[in-house]
Amino acid sequence: MVGLLLRRGAALLLTLVAASFLVFALTQFSPANVARETLGAYALPEQVHILSEKLHLQDPLVVRYVRWAEVLLGLRADPLDDPALGLHIHDPRGARYFGNFGYSTLFHEPVNDIIWSRLANTAVLAGIAFAVIVPLSMLLGILAGMRPGSRLDRVLSILSITMTSMPEYALGVILAAIFAVWLKVLPGTSPLAKGTGWPLASQFLLPVAVLALYDSGYVARMVRASMIEVLGKPYIRTALLKGLPRRRVILRHALRNAMITPFTVILLQINWLIGGVVVTETVFAYPGFGRMLLQASLFGDIALIEAATLVALFVAVVTQLLSDVGYWLLDPEARG
Amino acid sequence: MALLEIEDLRVEYRTLRGAVTALPGFSLTIGEGESVGLVGESGCGKTTLLMAMLRHLGPAGVITGGAIRFEGRDLAHASEADLAKVRGSRIAIVYQEPASALNPTMTIGAQLAEVPMQHQRLPRAAALARAAEVLADVHMPDPRAALSRYPHQLSGGQKQRVVIAMALLANPALLLLDEPTTGLDVTVEAAVIDLIGELRAKYRTALLYISHNLGLIARVADRVGVMYAGELVEEATAVEIFAAPRHPYTRGLLAAIPRPGASKETAALLPIPGTVPSLAHRPPGCGFAPRCAHFSPGLCDAGPVAMAGTEGHRVRCLRWAEVTAAPAPPSFHRAAPPTAALLESRDLCKIYRLPAGALKANDGLDFAALKGEVLAIVGESGSGKSTFARILTGLETATSGSLRFAGAEIANRTVHRRSAGEVAAIQMVFQNPDGTLNPSHAVGWALGRAVRKLGGLRDRAKIAARVEELLALVRLPASARHSRPRQLSGGQKQRIAIARAFAGQPEILVADEPVSALDVSVQAAVVNLLLAIQAERGSTMVLISHDLGLVRYLADHVVVMYLGRVMEAGPSAAIFAPPYHPYTEALLSAAPLPDPTHKPRRIRLEGEIPSPLNPPAGCRFASRCPRKLGTVCELTPPPLRETADGHLIFCHIPLERLRAVTPVFAPEMVEP
Amino acid sequence: MKPPFPARSAADAAAGAVARAAEQIDRPSPSLLARLPSSRIAMAGLCLILFWVLVALLAPVLPLPSPTAQDYLAMGHPGPSAAHLLGVDTLGRDTLARIVWGARIVLLVAPVSVVAAYAVGCAMGLLAGYCGGWVDLLISRLADIILAFPVVVLYVILIASVGASALNIVVAVILSSAPAISRIVRGITLGIVRKDFVAAAHLRRESALHIMLIEILPNCRGPLITDFCLRLGYTTIMIGTLGFLGLGIPPPAPDWGGMVQEATPMLIVFPLMALFPALALISLVLGFNLLADGLNELAQKD
Repeated sequence: MVGLLLRRGAALLLTLVAASFLVFALTQFSPANVARETLGAYALPEQVHILSEKLHLQDPLVVRYVRWAEVLLGLRADPLDDPALGLHIHDPRGARYFGNFGYSTLFHEPVNDIIWSRLANTAVLAGIAFAVIVPLSMLLGILAGMRPGSRLDRVLSILSITMTSMPEYALGVILAAIFAVWLKVLPGTSPLAKGTGWPLASQFLLPVAVLALYDSGYVARMVRASMIEVLGKPYIRTALLKGLPRRRVILRHALRNAMITPFTVILLQINWLIGGVVVTETVFAYPGFGRMLLQASLFGDIALIEAATLVALFVAVVTQLLSDVGYWLLDPEARG
Repeated sequence: MALLEIEDLRVEYRTLRGAVTALPGFSLTIGEGESVGLVGESGCGKTTLLMAMLRHLGPAGVITGGAIRFEGRDLAHASEADLAKVRGSRIAIVYQEPASALNPTMTIGAQLAEVPMQHQRLPRAAALARAAEVLADVHMPDPRAALSRYPHQLSGGQKQRVVIAMALLANPALLLLDEPTTGLDVTVEAAVIDLIGELRAKYRTALLYISHNLGLIARVADRVGVMYAGELVEEATAVEIFAAPRHPYTRGLLAAIPRPGASKETAALLPIPGTVPSLAHRPPGCGFAPRCAHFSPGLCDAGPVAMAGTEGHRVRCLRWAEVTAAPAPPSFHRAAPPTAALLESRDLCKIYRLPAGALKANDGLDFAALKGEVLAIVGESGSGKSTFARILTGLETATSGSLRFAGAEIANRTVHRRSAGEVAAIQMVFQNPDGTLNPSHAVGWALGRAVRKLGGLRDRAKIAARVEELLALVRLPASARHSRPRQLSGGQKQRIAIARAFAGQPEILVADEPVSALDVSVQAAVVNLLLAIQAERGSTMVLISHDLGLVRYLADHVVVMYLGRVMEAGPSAAIFAPPYHPYTEALLSAAPLPDPTHKPRRIRLEGEIPSPLNPPAGCRFASRCPRKLGTVCELTPPPLRETADGHLIFCHIPLERLRAVTPVFAPEMVEP
Repeated sequence: MKPPFPARSAADAAAGAVARAAEQIDRPSPSLLARLPSSRIAMAGLCLILFWVLVALLAPVLPLPSPTAQDYLAMGHPGPSAAHLLGVDTLGRDTLARIVWGARIVLLVAPVSVVAAYAVGCAMGLLAGYCGGWVDLLISRLADIILAFPVVVLYVILIASVGASALNIVVAVILSSAPAISRIVRGITLGIVRKDFVAAAHLRRESALHIMLIEILPNCRGPLITDFCLRLGYTTIMIGTLGFLGLGIPPPAPDWGGMVQEATPMLIVFPLMALFPALALISLVLGFNLLADGLNELAQKD
């Protein structure tokens, strides 16, 4: 167990480093961009050139990546924080500390001042959605998979397929049109601000519905497939022909085995939710991490993109670790 | 008094393409404590019968007629609640593949305890104690500890013991055994069979034993039924059916396998033509008619054939009284004069470096194969016989030692470092007919490719002509070249594989269990074909097999391997008569023979085959040897004992004492 | 009483049996595609897809206004009317025409990018599964790294930094899908490499390329067909998502996702403007998903 954790942990760290380099390479594709984004749209070419020189932006990509990583780890002061540059950039935490993600050119604030509150908002939204997705998809999947080919299975399967066929923005628009425009029972946007006339809780309903409906269909199909596969296994026949009642066979013999594969899939939904919120938050103007990432990407706010991706990857990677551990606990064969 | 009476049972499967009849009207009676064997090939409805008896046919299977009377109930029409009281309690099953019959995520104890908890309403602790008792009855080592194990932590033989224990826990009146030893090694199989016999005496359970293996049925059953195409075609006592079979199919089956002690020089095998019909294409009248040599038009295909025959020996054949047993055809095979060695293995070793340690798959193999002979390599799983085949064919290289083919060293060269001639000269026929041909390509493509690469032909017309020649060589019509593998039966696929191997001019044909996955009735055709082509071409055949009957029949020389080492080697006749290596002796005594009167001396091996990662230091067989002398066997590698006729035995026991044992087979069975 | 039998020699009889039991080679069971009509779900999906394919093909001949022509008069009342059956968008462009022409784009970009992703993914998976060792380690690690990204995040970062264009969308689909495909192909390959027909190919000294492309790849077909359909649906969603996020095919080309985005601010006033393109997209994705499900079900019945 400890060995497994160490091995997977090392692999995951490697993933983080490699992926952050990938993002770095993508966003800093042309070095001049960095200086231009920092100075804003009205900067003169000479200014851009001078800043590029001062920040050593002509260095090879790998050198710049190492420098960025050093700033993040607190081994080096953020070069933008240098008052000599005259950029009026100041981080109250200091120029050199562990976890220094740099300075957002879009919001004109240190990244650490922006990212965490947005992340908390998103965690609430994704958490509620996850809490809906898991029971809903399990229920749909198990009921459909218990008697494949039955009328109930047909209805539930077509329902799940239809749910997965509705992209979040399309679903968002449809739900908003129905509940906000025609029925006027729910708010069409969820800025989480007071004074919109809608209670805070009601602002969550539509975004959660969009996330949960789309994703539950997908997970339910996975659960159904796994359930059908397990029910066809010879050991289920063994259990039935022992004289056990069918209900007991399903509860004791089928469910645990049928949950091994979907367990991984379900945990991967956390990873998916991080991406899923980008669209949902945009549809409902929800002040979260996803919308921030989109704004940063569209603006070219490199420090913020880099920080947001790292956080997203970290969550994804930890989820993977969790699913490995869970698999290890669920499947005795994996334990050896 | 009858315990179970199946009367005119009719089972259909309803599919999208219409209903097919699996059992058109099956009747069978089993008395209390009786042991009944049912013989049948794949697709004859054996498993359907078992599942119908417990009404577990899946959504598509329907019982459309007849009755299954058991202890005063008709199971064919019983309620689900009544069925649940019978299942696992009064009738229990031992399954074919113990590995998949056990739930991988539940401990053995939890799975076993369910039975008494369900049927005797025992509390959990008492149920577990009972489970441990029964595990002790099935000779499970350390039964208490086994309760907390998971299935994957047990060996195949141990898993089967657990499945048997599970079946016996509720002390059932009837035990159904569905090919319970298929897939187990011969010595493990013998131990499981003995165990079932022992438990039968102790628990007074009636047995219904289902198998395709005639030898196994002969060993375990009092009364035998033969199934074909969903019908019982013959039924009599075991002694009667093997001594005087009446149905042409039963006769065909017995003529298709080598008689005990027979060899290719003494008798030819008589294959049954054709293949078992699929359920959807049942012939009118007698199901066996299309393959029967005694078929009479207008009679046999006129309508359903009823059971006839005499009291105690019933047969479903209209002509049983007139047809006489055909005499065993004389063999066409003549012993080849001794020739020079074509293949010589000297101290050949293959070591796999695994994370868990060094695995010596082959450890100092020394033997030779003569030109034009059949050399058999015999051994159970883990003996290293397949590793040797991979080195010989050039799929892998040896770690050390030498393997010379026609004078050239090939042990250290894979196919890619061998000359085109050497590659075409050593070809292989694989065990599993389903994996031997690429399902995506037609037969003609597969053979054409082999002709191009092995035969060196380039011209399209010449390749096409050669492909037709090859198909004719394996007795298949030229039109077969358009077929996809999934359209072919197992025997047909195996014949294509033989044709492919002969696309060049192979001097050595490696045949890895070439017929073990085939139905008995088509095995003979493939064996005959292999022999005929091998004799005609003068190729050497390296036969890898665990089937001693087949080896006795086919081989000129035999090498017996255990855990990567040679135990014994010599001419075939010498191997099957004393002096024996103790391991060979155990193998021979374990091999089931289709003769219920044959009671071999029981030599049973204790324990499991040791892990090849950690084999015994001295004689590899020391840990299981029933004739172990003492620590010398465990610590010192055994010396070579050699007889005058070139028979080599690696054993600490002196030759005289090895010679002074009763033969496992009666002398008349060994001598032609 | 037994009926008389014509006397026949044993040899005759045996020959007769051989002739009657002469090599029966089964007729081929119908292929997956031939059995498609037996699955109602698959047929429903196929019909939806074919409908949109037909619409896309017929776009130039249908009596519709140009998808980029602006009808300033209709902008005041953008709802459905006789002149504009599904209404117009905020710039007065005919919604029906834009949906019809948009079908051409989505039905071109999605299949092209999925096929390209398949080419890359199959190559990666075959190499990893066949070669094993460090090649496998390298490819599998690379796939792990890319698969660790939440997909939308990957798309957004990628397209935002290299710019929105059809070509870049194809590249993004390859980058995000190829690792997943390679994982599937690697798994299948690992199973097939052990089969005897591959050993037989080695015994003919076939090249590694032959074994990968001719012996292994055709056998991956079955499991990949379902994935291909699902991936088409998923990619269609992705293309729409990018359009909705403002990262899709650049305007004024009619892009379904972009149409939804442009109409969203008007949702309170003219909800239909956003609904029509959304429904078009849902129906096409539903088609792909239904077909995938039907195919999967048929494959399992084998």
